[in-house]
Amino acid sequence: MTETASTLKTIVHAESDSKTLLGFWVYLMTDCLLFASLFATYAVLHNNTFGGPGAKDLFSLPFVLGETLILLTSSFTIGLGILAAHKQNKKQVLTWLGITFLLGAAFLSMELTEFSRLVAEGNNWQRSGFLSAFFTLVGTHGLHIATGLLWTLVLMAQAWRMGLVRTTVRRLMLLSLFWHFLDVIWILIFSIVYMMGAL
Amino acid sequence: MKPRVTLKSYIIGFALSLLLTISVYLFVNDHVTTAHEAFSHGFLIALILCLAVVQLVVQLVFFLHLGQETKPRWNLAVFGFMMVILIVIVGGSLWIMSNLKYNMQSPGDTNTRIMNDEGIHR
Repeated sequence: MTETASTLKTIVHAESDSKTLLGFWVYLMTDCLLFASLFATYAVLHNNTFGGPGAKDLFSLPFVLGETLILLTSSFTIGLGILAAHKQNKKQVLTWLGITFLLGAAFLSMELTEFSRLVAEGNNWQRSGFLSAFFTLVGTHGLHIATGLLWTLVLMAQAWRMGLVRTTVRRLMLLSLFWHFLDVIWILIFSIVYMMGAL
Repeated sequence: MKPRVTLKSYIIGFALSLLLTISVYLFVNDHVTTAHEAFSHGFLIALILCLAVVQLVVQLVFFLHLGQETKPRWNLAVFGFMMVILIVIVGGSLWIMSNLKYNMQSPGDTNTRIMNDEGIHR
């Protein structure tokens, strides 16, 4: 009798967890539409430089490649964190999340370095339509990264204190979806803004 | 919550993404830094877009595990619906704005453009 009850409980939990994952996935897809609008704006405005510098003159390609590789690696390490969470290995989870946090922070600081350099050179978002669209698109991505970093810290604290209970593992899975999604968006920014802009 | 995810899928996804990112970078860097241009502008744009789409599919499959759920595939359905709206937003914006640009240009530009389109040379 108790065995049946516990099996039933497991099934009910799995059902509710998969609903949570679906709900979060729907949020990610709407977020994707937000980025789609920003990409469309950038695509329309990217030639409107108002006599100022264009994408060709502003960006350093090796710097952007560095950012991309860092973010890509962080997407891999959070995946390893999820695998460790499924194995209930708390120490590994904390290690991989810590590495992911450091890589994400390195990415964000590189992005902010680039922004401050552009602003210091007088190429801020008020300079031209192209720069407005650029700062909005890349800045929105950076804001998501900053939120993800905060979330990573909170979940590390939670895993540390509460251990890898069901709710923590579920939240870790949501975080990993969010982080992989941001990597996907960055690949589009890398290709469309930086690589096509450099041609 | 079955752990569908495996170490193998993450390693394959990571390796393919690295390969694609670095190859795009090398193509573009070569084009920008060397004087002789091995590939045309249009070809490179098409190449960048194709490799970006391949990498998107790689990451969606190996990192986000899209399409690996059991039926009914709600995640895939929501993704498909999002793609339809995305195509309408991005494609529609570019279409409308290029049309607007064509109609708002100065008469001289219109003449040059029509002559280019029709292959007329003075």
